[in-house]
Amino acid sequence: MSSIQLRLSVNGREHELELDSRVSLLDCLREHLGLTGTKKGCDQGACGACTVLLDGERVNSCLVLAAQCADAEVTTIEGLASSEAGRAMQKAFVRNDGLQCGYCTPGQVCSAVAMLAEYEAEVPSAVGEAGLTDAEIRERLAGNLCRCGAYNGILAAVREVAR
Amino acid sequence: MNPFSYVPATDTSSAVALAAGGAKYLAGGTNLVDLMRQGIETPRELVDITRLPLADIEEQPGGGLRIGALVRNTRVATDERIRDRYPVLAQAILNGASPQLRNRATVGGNLMQRTRCGYFYDRHSACGKRDPGAGCAALDGFNRTHAILGTSESCVSVHPSDMCVALAALDAVVNIAGRDPVPLVDFHRLPGDTPHVETMLAPGELVTSIDLPPAQPGRSVYLKVRDRASYAFALVSVAAVVRMEAGRATRVRIALGGVAAKPWRAYEAEELLTGTSLDDELIHQAAGQALAGSRQRAHNAHNAFKAELARRLIRRALQGVRS
Ligand SMILES: Cc1cc2nc3c(=O)[nH]c(=O)nc-3n(C[C@H](O)[C@H](O)[C@H](O)COP(=O)(O)OP(=O)(O)OC[C@H]3O[C@@H](n4cnc5c(N)ncnc54)[C@H](O)[C@@H]3O)c2cc1C
Ligand code: FES
Ligand code: FES
Repeated sequence: MSSIQLRLSVNGREHELELDSRVSLLDCLREHLGLTGTKKGCDQGACGACTVLLDGERVNSCLVLAAQCADAEVTTIEGLASSEAGRAMQKAFVRNDGLQCGYCTPGQVCSAVAMLAEYEAEVPSAVGEAGLTDAEIRERLAGNLCRCGAYNGILAAVREVAR
Repeated sequence: MNPFSYVPATDTSSAVALAAGGAKYLAGGTNLVDLMRQGIETPRELVDITRLPLADIEEQPGGGLRIGALVRNTRVATDERIRDRYPVLAQAILNGASPQLRNRATVGGNLMQRTRCGYFYDRHSACGKRDPGAGCAALDGFNRTHAILGTSESCVSVHPSDMCVALAALDAVVNIAGRDPVPLVDFHRLPGDTPHVETMLAPGELVTSIDLPPAQPGRSVYLKVRDRASYAFALVSVAAVVRMEAGRATRVRIALGGVAAKPWRAYEAEELLTGTSLDDELIHQAAGQALAGSRQRAHNAHNAFKAELARRLIRRALQGVRS
């Protein structure tokens, strides 16, 4: 095995880690740091359950090697839960039935919070409508699947926070 | 995943030197990490190139733009200059993958991404890309998403990139460390009897940037058809870039995605339409011309629908840009 050493800041806390170079950011969070809020759905970039913020941008943590995150700042659902934006989004999900089993929810919430920041920063989407219309919200959250089909509730929650 | 050593590169020449010794470049990792986890890519050493100084979008002397190989896909699609001058490129990128993936994916990685053919991903199936000379399970398999142009008896896979289809229509050029630039349309190769040779790059060569020639006045569009409304690879896509002057098309570029092992330029259709007013009848004829060489296996053509889909998409694209 080939190991790597890295310093990683997760939710504002510094960690010094020695890991097998094969460890993904997702497995690092769950298996090595005990942060099990981030979920593993497909492990191939296709479901979004593993979405976290890496230096402020949403990414699929299953396809990022932990080794690539040296000196990076990672925010997971545990970290968002103590931020104002994260709390507001969580509450809106609850109010609007934006979940059923809850497995996809941490990824949905991380993705939705980052999506609003992207929208503020004028990152475009393929829909290209003016304003955060329902079609825009759906397209911008297309990277997060929900097997329970709670999409309408998720849409309502995000719409509520966006306005 | 096989064990590997990980080396973050800080300058281009040391990255190239490591790759010359057999290391593989790691950019956003959205394709390579996946393929390594499946045991399809088995590098012993990874050189992380994400910190190389190749992450800028720069104006070129003649009025074009140079996009560094390490610029993330989201940044390309967000850049004002790209959106103003090359909207078809922003559109194509935004029609591919998901926001999370685009935040991570780089231009170089997108160019170099490998096919999504299910038999390539399944190590128990015959695949000449994984195992040179092994044949192609897709030929007589479930080949609904496979190629209809430029295929061979050794491989019918398609190149999955949306970005590259727009780049082909924009006459983009690929810059490679230590050698002459290669036009994007010559960069990817058709399978022939060596489907494992996918591009013009020799093993270890590094893509440094992509050049866009000065933008031409005119209109453009990127249309993509997929199995669901969003976030899926193309069944067929088309990029059309047209310059109209006094009611005549003086410059026509048509590129197709999802139909071949490379972004496919429809040169004959372009020629047929140049100098005309792009009326319906001619567009119809050109769309037919573009797919004239399409081939499906007579007895096992799950993908036969793609030829008609591509013709219709070409017609819709051209009708959209001619006014
Ligand atoms: C679920 C899913 C859905 C997707 N949907 C789409 C879609 O609809 N449309 C689409 O176009 N794409 C889609 N993609 C693919 C995505 O666009 C690619 O994975 C991405 O562009 C690859 O970029 P990367 O930087 O992550 O490359 P990496 O994974 O880091 O690298 C890919 C390959 O390129 C090589 N490489 C990288 N940079 C260089 C360089 N500068 N020089 C030479 N070699 C280099 C690497 O060695 C590796 O072999 C999807 C991916 C996933 C996982
Ligand atoms: S677990 Fe990462 S996208 Fe599904
Ligand atoms: S709530 Fe069950 S998968 Fe989304």
